[in-house]
Amino acid sequence: MPINYYIFLAITLFCIGIVGVLTRRNAIIIFMCIELMLNAVNILLVAFSKMHYLAAATANPATNVGSEAQLFVFFIMVVAAAEVTVGLAIIVMMYRNIHSVDINFLNRLKH
Amino acid sequence: MNVIILSAILGVIMMYTGVMSKNKSTARYVATAGILALIGANWLEFAGVNFFNIDTRGMLEFTSFGLVFNLIILVCTLVYFLLSGKDLEEVGANAADYFALIFFILTGIAIVSAFKTMLMLFIGIEIISIPLYILAGSDKKNLRSNEAALKYFLMGSFSTGLMLMGIALLYGATGTFYTDGMYLGLGNITVMKMAGLVLLMISLGFKVSAVPFHFWTPDVYDGSPTVFTSFMATIVKAAFFIAFLLLFENAFGRMHSEWQFAMALITAATLIIGNITAVFQQSVKRMLAYSSIAQAGFMLLAIFALNNIGKQGLILYTAAYSLPTIGIFAVLMRMKDYTYEGFNGFAKHQPLLAALLAVFLFSLAGIPLTGGFFAKYYMLVAAMKNGAMFWLVIIGVCCAAISVYYYFRIIQAMYFREGADPGIQVSEGFKTVLVLTAVLVIILGVHPDWLLHLLDN
Repeated sequence: MPINYYIFLAITLFCIGIVGVLTRRNAIIIFMCIELMLNAVNILLVAFSKMHYLAAATANPATNVGSEAQLFVFFIMVVAAAEVTVGLAIIVMMYRNIHSVDINFLNRLKH
Repeated sequence: MNVIILSAILGVIMMYTGVMSKNKSTARYVATAGILALIGANWLEFAGVNFFNIDTRGMLEFTSFGLVFNLIILVCTLVYFLLSGKDLEEVGANAADYFALIFFILTGIAIVSAFKTMLMLFIGIEIISIPLYILAGSDKKNLRSNEAALKYFLMGSFSTGLMLMGIALLYGATGTFYTDGMYLGLGNITVMKMAGLVLLMISLGFKVSAVPFHFWTPDVYDGSPTVFTSFMATIVKAAFFIAFLLLFENAFGRMHSEWQFAMALITAATLIIGNITAVFQQSVKRMLAYSSIAQAGFMLLAIFALNNIGKQGLILYTAAYSLPTIGIFAVLMRMKDYTYEGFNGFAKHQPLLAALLAVFLFSLAGIPLTGGFFAKYYMLVAAMKNGAMFWLVIIGVCCAAISVYYYFRIIQAMYFREGADPGIQVSEGFKTVLVLTAVLVIILGVHPDWLLHLLDN
């Protein structure tokens, strides 16, 4: 499959994530949209990794070009997991205090 | 490398200290000793002594610029621990954990001051950010602290997502994560590279709270417990700036003319909006949040100019902005009333503290004989040397003049208004440290060269 398809898929998922973050009011859903953005990046990185590998493999079949992007994906997963831990803890902490996860509540801080 | 590994170990040690020791202040003593050890280790690395020899495959490179920056950060953290360590214990039940998180943040700062690949940039920024989300929300029962943590978390991880997309696009276009290996020169600019650059600029703009990505800053700084605001607004902000500068110098330096205008617009907007909004604030804490945006505008001049004077200026600015702000916050968090009226008659009841606060405010406003003057001077000279866009320098000078107004409002309240005794208790040790900090700020303003000479090694 040409690389363009992967790029379009990743960009579409990423844009869905951004629109979700900007328009939704529920903290959990915003959080899911952020995860969607990170995973769109993962797809893109793996696709690019394969692309660079195929470009280099014609000259040298034993090349390891492109492997660093797949390693990067693991780092993103680990960091995303760490973010989930902290983020859900914060959302739970907020829920305990106000019994809601609606971020309209945040506007109170303006004053 | 010394600082990265030792501070991570110290973070773990702090966590164990919290478990082992019932006494609250033990954690503070261990943390202060730990910071002193880190300063020593950083100094030894400067002299060429490495405790650890790890092959990072060129992912990290320890330059004298990064090491001097680390030194300033560590000294600022030491001052912060000495001045605010007691208040830090009172935020919650787990004082040792807060110290541990701060040590982890220092690990991240050491990484972003030395990164050579996008992977290390990402890891470093996340190691700084994730503990900060926790610190912002550490006052668990306080709604404002909850709000600050949630807002910071959502904005922070959103900007991380943008940064990752930028990195992925740059990787696709160049086939490498190494900032030096990208060869993003003129003549080979594609849509993908440009999109990557813009996304990275936006996400780092979020992190350093540059206008128009600054809207979370006042709320988060205002809502977080004041001890942690002090840390976030000074040390962490400077660390994000070093990441910003190194990234744009190493990866995008050759296409400087492509993004210079966008950076000039961001800088001008940050200077103008930061300063003008700060004028209208009633609470000193919120004013300091906006002042941190305004000062970020000056630091952005270094990235706009991208020359040697700008780099020196950023080093100087880190010291000349962080030390006074930490000092002001240390006094502010002992006040009951955070408005300007709270400072009325402060000079009569606390003459020494008032004089020291005045020195700090002079430095922030950039009055000569304090560090802030030379910091601003270097930034403006850097922008001027750059040659293009002289109007930015004029905006910078005008904004420095505006900033005098809101900093001097505190001085006016302290010296020329009558007011009740704020009733703050400070120990002799606190006063001594504050005096030493003020002396350091004045030395920076009289003779900034001793700091900049370190860069030549």
